[in-house]
Amino acid sequence: MFQWFGKINYSPFTKVGAFADHLKDGRLMGSRCTACGTTSFPPRADCEECMSGDFEFQEISGRAVLHTFTKIVAAPTGFEDVTPYIVGVVDLEEGGRALAWFGETIAEEEIRIGMELQVVPRIFEESEEIKVYYSLDRPGTSWSKV
Amino acid sequence: MKGRVGIIGIGHGVFGRRSDATVQELAFEAFRSALQDAGIERDAVDASVIGSVPEYHKQRSLAGVVQEYLGLNPKPTWLTEVACASGSAAMRTAWMSIKAGVHDVVAVIGCQKMTELSTPEILALMGRVGEVQWESVFGTTFPAYYALFAKRHMHEFGTTREQLIEVAVKNHYYGARNPYALFRKEITLEKALVSEEVATPLQVYDCCANADGAACVILASEERARALSSNTVWLDGMGSATASMSVLRRPNLTGLPSAEAAAAEAYRMAGISAADVKVADVHDCFTIAEIMAYEDLSFCAKGEGGPFIADRQTYIGGKVAVNVDGGLKAKGHPIGATGVSMTCEIAKQLRGEAGERQVPDADVGLTHNVGGIGQYCFVQILRRD
Ligand SMILES: [Zn+2]
Repeated sequence: MFQWFGKINYSPFTKVGAFADHLKDGRLMGSRCTACGTTSFPPRADCEECMSGDFEFQEISGRAVLHTFTKIVAAPTGFEDVTPYIVGVVDLEEGGRALAWFGETIAEEEIRIGMELQVVPRIFEESEEIKVYYSLDRPGTSWSKV
Repeated sequence: MKGRVGIIGIGHGVFGRRSDATVQELAFEAFRSALQDAGIERDAVDASVIGSVPEYHKQRSLAGVVQEYLGLNPKPTWLTEVACASGSAAMRTAWMSIKAGVHDVVAVIGCQKMTELSTPEILALMGRVGEVQWESVFGTTFPAYYALFAKRHMHEFGTTREQLIEVAVKNHYYGARNPYALFRKEITLEKALVSEEVATPLQVYDCCANADGAACVILASEERARALSSNTVWLDGMGSATASMSVLRRPNLTGLPSAEAAAAEAYRMAGISAADVKVADVHDCFTIAEIMAYEDLSFCAKGEGGPFIADRQTYIGGKVAVNVDGGLKAKGHPIGATGVSMTCEIAKQLRGEAGERQVPDADVGLTHNVGGIGQYCFVQILRRD
């Protein structure tokens, strides 16, 4: 149910839709091509190396290093209520990158490029529908339903 | 491959909030002045190519309404769209059609109305500039992506906040001297540094502004150009390349690989190097974008873009004059028109008609037009005989 992913979801239908189901259960999944073994995060259904369409989900550790970040002050439609918010791009230990918000375990003042972070599955609080995302938090932070 | 392709006419409208005109009326202004500049009749035009980004217009399928209003039916037309590089994509397809021998004279029209949309409509569009599956879900915006580049560039190379804003100071300095520019006033470093935050470290003065506007270039085959015009400027290098939509799949976040590749192709085709370029219009949608452009185009070494502007190397009199028409920053950025506007400006420089903004001995010029956050890039090398 990829429509669960993100505060606003623009692409509910995708071959990697089960990513959001896994995220809801606390698992962060990349993809692995079953033909040649190429892995990817974010996951993709079709292998960019060998062009095979056969893939499986593979859980990743979420351990990451901050590559760059910005605090967004001028927000687009649908994000007004969380403005300002800080997004970071991290390099994942297993390869690939993720873009996400910082979680509450990290104070704005301590954010530094190069710092170690943990990508943590999250469920939005106080939302009637299921909405999942992931956040950038202090290493060792574990997923918990809130 | 046929001979060279020449620019025989240029036309440029005033950029800004054009509440007085529809997009086809803006296109008409630019087209009429380009015909006058070329000294040719409308009948001499074999086809037109329209560069524009459709989602800003209420009118769907824009090329049709523009072609009708210009009085060019039943000649062929088509629209090109690659975000903010749509104008240069129009240039490229027109150039291709002449190189292929299909057409001899083609009008390239970049036109855009951006102020028809309401603020909520703009804000909704703003939320979908990135890759929507994995990035826009976190509320990324256009300035936010360039802010991510800026932060990383500052981290790796020690580029400073002041160096970024020096780009805006330069572009406003020249914009104040360009009658077609949206902002015709100079700014100071001190004032720019206290402007409102948009996406850290970028503030309002680091960002270009949406605008309405149109520009037109008339291209001709070498044979027709020599017959029709005595001050042709030649399109001798045409580079074009792409990079991933997602910043998660880029090799680095301190430059645009599409720009490096497009520049390499354009330099090779023209048989020149970066050092030969006297004047350039580069895609300064944000101040960091101009600094990355210096590096991607090899005007300076990687990482030295900050000191390059601080040393005034891109003012007239420096190593290479960059955006001495005000750039997107001061001229305004009607996205579909921008690439064509760049070509107009560089052609004007090579013809020696840029007035107080004229770069001395300008014989080789360059345009660098980026789509989105570098998904697309087009680099042109222009040369006079
Ligand atoms: Zn494969």
